[in-house]
Amino acid sequence: MSDASSATARSVPTGRPGRLKEFWGYFKENRGAVMGLWVFAVFVLIAIFAPLIAPYDPTVQFRGNTLQPPAWQEGGQWQFPLGTDAVGRDMLSRLLHGARYSFFVGIVVVVIAATGGIVIGLIAGFAPKWLDTLIMRLMDIILAFPSLLLALVLVAILGPSLLNAMIAIALVLQPHYVRLTRASVLNERTKDYVIAARVAGAKWPRQMFVTVLPNCLGPIIVQAALSFSTAILDAAALGFLGMGAQPPTPEWGTMLADSREFILRAWWVVTLPGLCILVTVLAINLMGDGLRDALDPKLRRS
Amino acid sequence: MLKFALSRLFTFIPTFIGVAVISFGFIRVLPGDPIVVMAGERGLSEERYAALQQQFGFDRPIYVQFWDYLTGIFQGDLGNSFVTNRPVWDEFFTLFPATLELSLCAIIFAVAIGLPAGVIAAVNRGKFFDRFLMSGALIGYSMPIFWWALLLIVVVSGWLGWTPVSGRIGLMYFFDDVTGFMTIDSLLSGQDGAFASALSHLILPTIVLGTIPLAVIARQTRSAMLEVLSEDYIRTARAKGLGPRRVNGVHALRNALIPVVTVIGLSVGTLLAGAILTETIFSWPGIGKWMVDSIFRRDYPVVQGALLLIAVIVMLVNLTVDVLYGLINPKIRSR
Repeated sequence: MSDASSATARSVPTGRPGRLKEFWGYFKENRGAVMGLWVFAVFVLIAIFAPLIAPYDPTVQFRGNTLQPPAWQEGGQWQFPLGTDAVGRDMLSRLLHGARYSFFVGIVVVVIAATGGIVIGLIAGFAPKWLDTLIMRLMDIILAFPSLLLALVLVAILGPSLLNAMIAIALVLQPHYVRLTRASVLNERTKDYVIAARVAGAKWPRQMFVTVLPNCLGPIIVQAALSFSTAILDAAALGFLGMGAQPPTPEWGTMLADSREFILRAWWVVTLPGLCILVTVLAINLMGDGLRDALDPKLRRS
Repeated sequence: MLKFALSRLFTFIPTFIGVAVISFGFIRVLPGDPIVVMAGERGLSEERYAALQQQFGFDRPIYVQFWDYLTGIFQGDLGNSFVTNRPVWDEFFTLFPATLELSLCAIIFAVAIGLPAGVIAAVNRGKFFDRFLMSGALIGYSMPIFWWALLLIVVVSGWLGWTPVSGRIGLMYFFDDVTGFMTIDSLLSGQDGAFASALSHLILPTIVLGTIPLAVIARQTRSAMLEVLSEDYIRTARAKGLGPRRVNGVHALRNALIPVVTVIGLSVGTLLAGAILTETIFSWPGIGKWMVDSIFRRDYPVVQGALLLIAVIVMLVNLTVDVLYGLINPKIRSR
């Protein structure tokens, strides 16, 4: 008797760190995911410390040094390690500052889309049938439009700017969270622990956020990682179409749009911003794959 | 089965009305009066403004306007473009074949490479080929396609000079629109080199638009194959002494195809969204470029009509995929 009680007493406090440890154990098995995590960490550090690392202000124009090639090429100088753009701005400084915008876009979009989507999804999962149907039909309507198209039109309505682009992308990505949350809520709601909570007198908000939500988080976290990369891609695409960040903002997509006319003369002004987008998105997707493997036991085998 | 198809159709109708409401509401919530925008810099007299408002029906109650809009849709009337004054419906169907041709080529390209890549990766699970192909697929999946397009233009058109940079066909060729598909029309015209020209214009846009579907198909095929390969009947087939080609190619692939076909069907939305970027970069005269141009020209009836038609196309394809899927897999029907 005393043995059993002391055993349970010992096992209870280790519950939380054990889960984290288990997660890390699965996560680090996936070498790609760990690599992605490292690249993402570097990206975040650059985004935070860009003004300290960047050699120049990203908007300052060196009129005497327009379209200077990178330092290792003929005609390049170490003053501008990655060359300059068409109005003589330092590419390296602009790319480093660009990380800030992409990171900012990713965070803001994921926070807005996930918060909205989780709340609406929880309501749909707990609500009476008519409200549930209404919410899901609304989400179907949003999903009927190709996401980039709807975001483009929304930005056209709101006016082109980075903030509006973020709002539009968040709105377009949010139905995915609603669907995921609702599906897991419906799955969890019939389980004994939720019924126990209800019998114990827990009110709806407590049942939603305290009892059920923590057990639905796995797929939502994976979705958050994936929509982080989608947000960066879509924001860059909108910037490229002239509907996102406006020049002279050093956003990577906008930089690409600015330099399109020089593609055959100066490869670096086109290649480098795109490469930054690709590497960042790739790192996040690698990380997302690892997260899914670690958080979703059903998919773990493959 | 009929009941299943009808129930799907039943959910289609409210979604369609919702989509119509959104595309209708679009023109009303825009900042700026469309008539003032249309008048441009010159401005308008009071009487002219009132006359135009009456002509477009903006003076009537909003529900009357919506009802007219909804009935107009079914009569093929989506209003006229502010810029060209031609019906939106006509413009859409002159430009749509260009997008359709490009999308079809892109999906063929994606399936032709993605499917074998996925099968090879699954059969060689964990080996070099698998890692190599899946790394490639992940890169394709993460690709900013507008940048990918510019890179291909720099390398293939710029340095190598193999393909033209933009458009659908060389300027020296001219022939009638028969099918709207440039490749078929050029063959029908019988002019020397016209077909080759149409084809060379198609190559880069096809690769660009097909890249993401290709990556998605490869990944999906691999995981579907892996699931099937662990089934008992595959072991039985192997035990019977069938060669790996027959086991993998016939027994496994056929059963792995169902989820893959679904993914192909559902990638129509991705294709149309990708067409916006691809067509803009390659000056491909399809609905994607038309839509972007109209947004910049503030040609509201076009934006509104195109938004509706594109959403309806996506919905119709999804509905078809859904019903076909129910036809193949009875388990889905009972849900």
